[in-house]
Amino acid sequence: MKKYIDQGKNDTRSGFGAGLAELGRTNPNVVALCADLVGSLKMEKFIEENPERFFQIGIAEANMMGIAAGLTIGGKIPFTGTFANFSTGRVYDQIRQSIAYSDKNVKICASHAGVTLGEDGATHQILEDLGLMKMLPGMTVINTCDYNQTKAATIAIAEHHGPVYLRFGRPKVANFTPVDQKFEIGKAVMLNEGTDVTIVATGHLVWEALIAAENLEKQGISAEVINIHTIKPLDGEAVLKSVKKTGCIVTAEEHNYLGGLGESISGFLATTHPTPQEFVATKDTFGESGTPEQLMDKYGLNNKAIVNAVVSVLKRK
Amino acid sequence: MPKLQELQDLTVQVRRDILRMVHKVNSGHPGGSLGCTEFIVALYNEIMELKDEFDMDGKGEDLFFLSNGHISPVFYSVLARKGYFPVDELNTFRLIDSRLQGHPTTHEGLPGVRIASGSLGQGMSVALGAAQAKKLNKDSKMVYTLHGDGELQEGQNWEAIMYAAGKKVDNIIATIDYNGQQIDGATDDVLPMGDLKKKFEAFGWDVVDIKEGNDLEAILKGMKEAKSKTGKGKPVCVLLHTVMGHGVDFMMYTHAWHGKAPNDEQLATALAQNPETLGDY
Repeated sequence: MKKYIDQGKNDTRSGFGAGLAELGRTNPNVVALCADLVGSLKMEKFIEENPERFFQIGIAEANMMGIAAGLTIGGKIPFTGTFANFSTGRVYDQIRQSIAYSDKNVKICASHAGVTLGEDGATHQILEDLGLMKMLPGMTVINTCDYNQTKAATIAIAEHHGPVYLRFGRPKVANFTPVDQKFEIGKAVMLNEGTDVTIVATGHLVWEALIAAENLEKQGISAEVINIHTIKPLDGEAVLKSVKKTGCIVTAEEHNYLGGLGESISGFLATTHPTPQEFVATKDTFGESGTPEQLMDKYGLNNKAIVNAVVSVLKRK
Repeated sequence: MPKLQELQDLTVQVRRDILRMVHKVNSGHPGGSLGCTEFIVALYNEIMELKDEFDMDGKGEDLFFLSNGHISPVFYSVLARKGYFPVDELNTFRLIDSRLQGHPTTHEGLPGVRIASGSLGQGMSVALGAAQAKKLNKDSKMVYTLHGDGELQEGQNWEAIMYAAGKKVDNIIATIDYNGQQIDGATDDVLPMGDLKKKFEAFGWDVVDIKEGNDLEAILKGMKEAKSKTGKGKPVCVLLHTVMGHGVDFMMYTHAWHGKAPNDEQLATALAQNPETLGDY
């Protein structure tokens, strides 16, 4: 199996901050907005270097989404920053009408997604945001897996015209994708070729999928691991090619199984190539307080859960 | 500069357009449209500085955002008669495959519209973003908005009102259609909002009252005063005291025609009170 090296644990939100800072230097149209969470979103560098292009909105996310929409009228490329919960559910109608339906070039950048936000508990741990965002016509939805990928994605979405939801997280996790990678929106990344089962993972579950594949290899199971960072538009072709070879699939994400990546893939495969599938995702539940590791374990979102799902799905081939 | 009589003629014609549009599809919102006819006519034909061609960015020209999107009939009529799109297209209002959706949208590419509105309370935030983009672009032109008074019951407005003053967004003139009516009745009965002037002032805005909001001269004078207050570190609010349904006697002073179209007979009566001036579409 192909080896991946952790270049040093880091948080995906810092990848966002680094990408935003780079955009500040290279793209004069990029502006940033934040609803009182500058430190959490790692936006300090951009602000320090471009104070006139930063808008501190205060604790008023609805207003932030509207202001972002308005800033596009005049050619700006606004990046909004707050927690995933406050970037989506709290402001759904503002995004729907003022951004998505109005086709505004706003980049909604959402940190602290999922249970790995940890101790703050369920009020802040949104597990429904991918579903909310992917249902909006015209919205591009991205969930990155490590620091390097998040930085690359942040830079890439500035070049894409249209609304984008970019989801990342709080904890320090393995940083294993190439530092110089080219981020292609809508293009799956093949991480490990295999023949027995396809594992498609997004976000923090990608590293877990690689660990799972290593453990499966020891059991004589050859797992193909694909990173789908763009939930919408979905790279159906990559999924199709893989499942035609392996005959079964496990999807893994830090999100409710309803509305997530797994659901998108099952919908796609149902109409193209019906395939046995298991979902590594939360099972229609809220999260709770705890450490990220405890929560990933309790809610079945780690490499152990992926291995178990693979064992189950192989029986259904 | 159009003579007052020309604006007056246009106002009557726009009123006819509104009535005929909503009558044809037996739906839409005539009350607020009629009440804001003088204001929108004056805005587009006398107050705002506009480029000849529409583009989304609107650099180097004044911008207008209609937050209370349900009064789309008056917006569409004024845009069409200003030349943004063919006047005949008013025939397609609310019909399938039309650019003139029930509520204004950019989605169908209708020139003159820069944001979708309809779900209330969002327009001021958008306008503030556009106003701040103008400042970044060193564009000295203004941003104008219109909001329903009942619309101020939506909390997002107050986030925006607080922000505008706190961040000294002083290139915006937000006008409130102060007609005291909303769908379910008088605003004072549905949810009393207290003294709006004092509320805006307490939030740090300059406020101009236009007591005769259906009088073109009063509007021009009041808006001139409002503009003179811009650029001084404070956002400016205009309280435009209007009568919902203005110009059609049986539609005035009531919320009954907020979202109801006239029947054939009512249309004939209403049109007779507004004789054709520039020609029907």
